[in-house]
Amino acid sequence: MAWFKKERKPRVSQRARLEIPADTWEKCGACGHIDIRERFEKALNVCPECGNHRRFSAEEYIELLSDEGTWKELNAGLRALDPLQFEHYPERLISSQKKTGQPDGISTGVTRLEGMTLHLGVMNFAFMGGSMGSVVGEKIARLARRSADKRTPLVLVCTSGGARMQEGVLSLMQMAKTSAAIAQLRALSIPFITILTDPTTGGVSASFAMQGDVILAEPGAVIGFAGQRVIKQTIGQDLPEGFQTAEFLLEHGQIDEVVPRGSLRETTARLLRHMQGERQQSDRASA
Amino acid sequence: MANQYTLDFEKPLLELERQIDELKRVGEEGKIDVDSELQTLQAKLDSLRQEIYHNLTPMQRVAVARHQRRPATLDYLSSIFTDFVELHGDRLFRDDPAIVGGWARLAGTSVMVIGHQKGRDTRDNLKRNFGMPHPEGYRKALRLMRMAAKFHAPLITLIDTPGAYPGIAAEERGQAEALATNIIEMAALPTQSIAVVIGEGGSGGALALGVADRVLMFENSVYSVITPEGCAAILWKDATQRERAAEALKLTASDLLKLNIIDEVIPEPLGGAHYDPEGAGEALRSVLVRHLGELRKIRPEKLIKRRAEKYGAMGAFAEA
Repeated sequence: MAWFKKERKPRVSQRARLEIPADTWEKCGACGHIDIRERFEKALNVCPECGNHRRFSAEEYIELLSDEGTWKELNAGLRALDPLQFEHYPERLISSQKKTGQPDGISTGVTRLEGMTLHLGVMNFAFMGGSMGSVVGEKIARLARRSADKRTPLVLVCTSGGARMQEGVLSLMQMAKTSAAIAQLRALSIPFITILTDPTTGGVSASFAMQGDVILAEPGAVIGFAGQRVIKQTIGQDLPEGFQTAEFLLEHGQIDEVVPRGSLRETTARLLRHMQGERQQSDRASA
Repeated sequence: MANQYTLDFEKPLLELERQIDELKRVGEEGKIDVDSELQTLQAKLDSLRQEIYHNLTPMQRVAVARHQRRPATLDYLSSIFTDFVELHGDRLFRDDPAIVGGWARLAGTSVMVIGHQKGRDTRDNLKRNFGMPHPEGYRKALRLMRMAAKFHAPLITLIDTPGAYPGIAAEERGQAEALATNIIEMAALPTQSIAVVIGEGGSGGALALGVADRVLMFENSVYSVITPEGCAAILWKDATQRERAAEALKLTASDLLKLNIIDEVIPEPLGGAHYDPEGAGEALRSVLVRHLGELRKIRPEKLIKRRAEKYGAMGAFAEA
């Protein structure tokens, strides 16, 4: 019976043979396009095929909107407390801190964009859904007050599910606190630009996100006050196609422009130059 | 008094009330002297009502705050203000009946009063959208706030909403923008302002009338970032856990006073504002007059500065 006793070569696993790391390929969640990771990265995590804007980290936005080596973080030492002694809040904070390597849901600092000094805050959706509690509110309020003191523009990159439930009404009051600080910018005619990314809803959209002199949004970002599940439950019917997307808001006159990630830097810089006007010169001279 | 408006935890009062009614009827019919029995029962009823109302759980307070018969903005406008002239519309889209407002007089002073308005019955509630405004309601409010400042009149807002309406049209017309704009403009409004939570203070939809020099709450009103039902649905995927959520959210007037969010709690008549609307009105009137008197001595620029400082200090965090 030797005719079928084929000598078997030891099977080498394909992965080992090709030596391709597991994360070489990326798949777009929207169109299913598969491409090498590098191409996604080069395109700022936008799908090269369909233009779907995948999530971008806070660090990446900071890099995108800063001249190299100019970012200086402010108020990095603020830490959340548990003022209501809300069930499991401390554990959730710790697990989010581990997951993101950040102390809370926003990084704020001073930076330069095409030579212009500006104050920049970038929210982080990975930290408890970008929710706004006392730390997020305080950091934004301090940043806005510093913008007013230094007479430099403020840019906030927003992403949030809304106010942080675990700090109850204190979170709600962060909407008033950030607004009161931004009101001072308004009174001094200091430019304030918000960039809304996916998703920006609830208490954040109902405060500083919608208070920008200019409001930009990334393509496809979901932006609105109420969550879609709540709306569906309330009205008992399905929502129209594309409801609450950046394009929907643009069409309804709620935002100034939908700007692809690749153009955010240039558009923001151009706007700031326009809005700064004369002030820009003195800013450069004094910097 | 027993009727469809009785809350669950008030049920023990029903039996006593029934006994009192019965005794009164017997007394009238039989011309028997029942005065001493009546007095005993009445005293028992009063002490039971006190016991119940002094030990309300947070969720029971939510029920009182949402009570169908609880005095609403228009009730206070007719009971403690005079010369009310209602002003309608946002001048842009339509008039939203979920918010009412206009000029009124309080203790001789012209004031602008703006408040959420829930319906008194089903029909009225449909018209008023259960006190849940659309953007045009908030834009009407904003128009009236600016008018108050323009004519150097104090602003009084009365808060009573489950929240801003979550619907398709509301989103299309910019609910988020409407709330955001009211909040920032109230923060810098150049006139005296007093906000009073008279019933339900539902999240951003409440805050959009609620940024003021003085923020007061009725004893049995609530103010929260989310409804207990919504919170329970998110945290435990179970809206019936609302008792637990109401407890956790710290949404009662005394909680907010402890958290330094509000300036004062306005005591309510025993049994809640709906039990004695006139008494509640009188309590509100005297508190408003006192605060107005204090605020009128302060220049608007100073008020705005103090307001920014007040809200700037809200929150709890540590600094490493």
